[in-house]
Amino acid sequence: MSPYAVTQLLPQHTLALLLLSLSAVAAPHLPRLPVWIGVGLFVCVVWRYLAGARGWRLPPRLLLLAATVAAASSVYVSYGTLLGLDAGVATLTAMLGLKLLELRHRRDTVVALYLGFFLVLTQLLYSTTLFTLSYMLAVVWVMTTLLITVTRPGPGASPLEHGRLAAALLLQALPIMVLLFVLFPRIPGPLWGMPEHQTTAVTGLSDSMSPGSIGELSQSSAVAFRVEFEDQVPRMRDLYWRGLVLPAYDGRTWRQSDDLDSTTPTLERLGNPVDYIVTMEPNSMPWVIALEMPTSIDTPVLIDSLFQLRRNRPVRERLRYRASSTPRYRLQRQQAEQSMDRYLYLPDDAHPRTIELAQRWRKQAEDQEDFIYRALEHFREQPFVYTLSPPVLRNDTVDEFLFDIRRGFCEHFAGAFAVMMRAGGTPSRVVLGYQGGEINPAGGYLIVRQSEAHAWVELFIEGAGWQRFDPTAWVAPERIESGLAGALPDTDFLPALSRRDASWTRSLALRWDAVNAYWDRWVLAYGPELQQRLMEYLGLGEWQRMVGALAASMALAMGLLSGFILWRGRRPPRDPAVVAWETFCTRLARAGIARKPHEGPSDFAARAARRRPDLAATIEDVARNYIAVRYSYNRGGGQGLSALQRAVAGFRA
Amino acid sequence: MSVLPAPLHALGQRWLDRRLGKAAGSVYLHYRRIFILPSRGGLLFAAMLAAMWLGAVNYISSMAFLLCFLLAGIGCVSMVHSFRNLVGLELRADPAEPVFAGGQARFPLHVSSESNRNRYGLEFCYPQTEPLIMDISGAGETSRMLSVPAPRRGRLRIGQFKLRSRFPGGLFTAWSWLRFNTVSVVYPKPESGSVPPPPSGHGNDFGQATIAEGDEDFHGLRRYQAGDSLRQVAWRTLARGQELQTKQFASFGRKALWLDWNSLPELSPEARISRLTRWVLDQEAEHRPYGLRLPGMEIPPACGPVQQDRCLTALALMPTREG
Repeated sequence: MSPYAVTQLLPQHTLALLLLSLSAVAAPHLPRLPVWIGVGLFVCVVWRYLAGARGWRLPPRLLLLAATVAAASSVYVSYGTLLGLDAGVATLTAMLGLKLLELRHRRDTVVALYLGFFLVLTQLLYSTTLFTLSYMLAVVWVMTTLLITVTRPGPGASPLEHGRLAAALLLQALPIMVLLFVLFPRIPGPLWGMPEHQTTAVTGLSDSMSPGSIGELSQSSAVAFRVEFEDQVPRMRDLYWRGLVLPAYDGRTWRQSDDLDSTTPTLERLGNPVDYIVTMEPNSMPWVIALEMPTSIDTPVLIDSLFQLRRNRPVRERLRYRASSTPRYRLQRQQAEQSMDRYLYLPDDAHPRTIELAQRWRKQAEDQEDFIYRALEHFREQPFVYTLSPPVLRNDTVDEFLFDIRRGFCEHFAGAFAVMMRAGGTPSRVVLGYQGGEINPAGGYLIVRQSEAHAWVELFIEGAGWQRFDPTAWVAPERIESGLAGALPDTDFLPALSRRDASWTRSLALRWDAVNAYWDRWVLAYGPELQQRLMEYLGLGEWQRMVGALAASMALAMGLLSGFILWRGRRPPRDPAVVAWETFCTRLARAGIARKPHEGPSDFAARAARRRPDLAATIEDVARNYIAVRYSYNRGGGQGLSALQRAVAGFRA
Repeated sequence: MSVLPAPLHALGQRWLDRRLGKAAGSVYLHYRRIFILPSRGGLLFAAMLAAMWLGAVNYISSMAFLLCFLLAGIGCVSMVHSFRNLVGLELRADPAEPVFAGGQARFPLHVSSESNRNRYGLEFCYPQTEPLIMDISGAGETSRMLSVPAPRRGRLRIGQFKLRSRFPGGLFTAWSWLRFNTVSVVYPKPESGSVPPPPSGHGNDFGQATIAEGDEDFHGLRRYQAGDSLRQVAWRTLARGQELQTKQFASFGRKALWLDWNSLPELSPEARISRLTRWVLDQEAEHRPYGLRLPGMEIPPACGPVQQDRCLTALALMPTREG
């Protein structure tokens, strides 16, 4: 219980490096954590440093115990739990700080380093970029150096001595890491309750649409998914990436329908299929994105009656799948009359002016098609503005938008159009997804960002089935033809990566995105599914074979590494002069003149020269140089060695 | 090993004997002599890796898998490095200077290696002593003193002890058992406190011992014997071309003393040895010549370090059970 003076534990510069690197590990977490944890950690680090420098005593165990309980309860108060990722990181950081005040034995420093490794792991759960990878490697290097230093017995070793060794360990560990990464059996997660990602709210489509909801998404240049096309990339205006379908309307918000039947509607293909591979970023929604209309896909999905691709669990890891779509299609030509009601439903008191207008048009129109185009023309004829920053709609969103404000983003146009169609008796529903994308010349693939999120409308037309109509294309055709940036007024703010100007920073950014795409595709997306596919490709489909391959390749790798490690530096480097001299002696011995053990170089050379007068000059030359290099004060003046080696190389007895 | 039941322990010892071979003056650490197991820190490390793996599975994070497997790789590789820290070392122990029982015999321990690797944190763990820690840089020989407790008089063999290394990282302990047959003499522990002086000159037993190799007054010359002090060599006669001679001095007034085993019948054998040891030291301290009579052995009177060593060694090597 008595406090200890701790000046003797570690040399002060080792302690300083330990404190510094553990702080560096905790630092990326601090913005996410309550302020008191950051402050507390800082206090602990400074206290421990001064305790080492000035020989202060560390706080008694009882006080530390009290601080631990206080920290745990504060975390509980902040998060309502001690488990889960966020609260876990908070607890871990607090414990690390307190552990620093408990560094009394070498053992404690090892425990602190292990806690540090764990904090690195939690950082990787928040960020998976290549920068994070290099951060991870650097931190692991420094912490391995420290681990070697603090566990080396005896008085104060310096971390500087062991940096190289730690780097060697790290490099030699890389092959094993790769083997384990590829071959170690992956279990589909999660194992216990799903991790909540409140702080890492992934941007992506939401499952409803109200005015302004997609506009927000346009501010994000985050990658939604990347697509590699097998053949040619289809035209931009055909790139409608179907996400989810919103048939239910309450006067303001479009929502998903609760009572879906799971019968897949009939789909007729009218054109050539397009084959492509999608690498989807995690978005915690259970929808799989595909080009309209998907005909096949090789990840398990359920195609429901709205032709949404539904997964049994959210896309929490990177998902990579191959799919085939037909850009020209006919969806569900026949539909039972009673099930159309939900696509015609409008709340009684909503949008009176819009409904009146639509019904007037319907009466004037010759047929359904005439009515639809009358409405679409309206968007073109009237001064509608396509903008990311429309004024806020307060009362009746559709009436205000159509008659007063006339400024909006795709969800305004899609929502208003769908309402008009319903008022005119045409079944309609809103589709959320992405439109377009950007070709990355550096990687030959299409990047689709969150800013490409889009909403359009599907109408049911007698005899033709559900067809896509995009009112945005009538207001701002550039949006569909060339992307978002071209369609917006310059005053609208867009993230740099979503703009399309050709600057060198941008081309650099695209190259960097290509590197990231490979990283995502082959490393981050490597999960149970991809592993299974790879193993089947390698003929290691059954798990017994896979484990066998893992064991065999690990044994092989360890054998090679051991051989390499044990072989390196086995013998001290030999003096090249001696090597040359021995070569010389061996050659003479083969010619029958063996050096006797007692003979020094000059005696031996003299005897050999007598025996072989023809070689006397060379023999004396070699001996003279050898003696100069080995025994003279200035080692033969630097010229001796090369002269010796030349003479020996040319010597044949 | 001691936790095992006796037959198993014996079996283990036999296996170890076969593997390590007989004790010798030097030991070369061949790979077969080196054992390696995870240390406590290594087990904790493995537990941490398991927890990391579970976290990676639960949070479906390839990055977390990468870190977990990278650390696992470092663990595997550090095992080879731990092994490498010991393999190929050549160790030799020289006899220690004699010490008194209860002290620490200091054996010069020479560690050499042919390779130019640095070896860090070698721990020589002799039972019941603090580990001796050594770093060896590059090829060549490094020497340190290995302190070995010398509890009893007699010959002290170093015997078997452990050379351990937990470098680098402390995840694995590599060790080897070193067995040296190097022997050193441990003098008996002298009796402490005030002791009665040795009985001097009673009876006729000691009458003739008036002339002995003292150092007070010149008495004559005799032929040089190995062990005579160089200060007493008659350099002048040598310079004249005569053979090597030693000057003899007589201690008049002080008779050379016989320290006799049989003069202490009231003491137990060990106590007698202890008393005789003390007497030898006391006589040496006063530069008085003395002889030693032990059962079956007689060391003629003399004085000086050679005489002291001869007497103390004789006392040290007395058989333990004798009346």
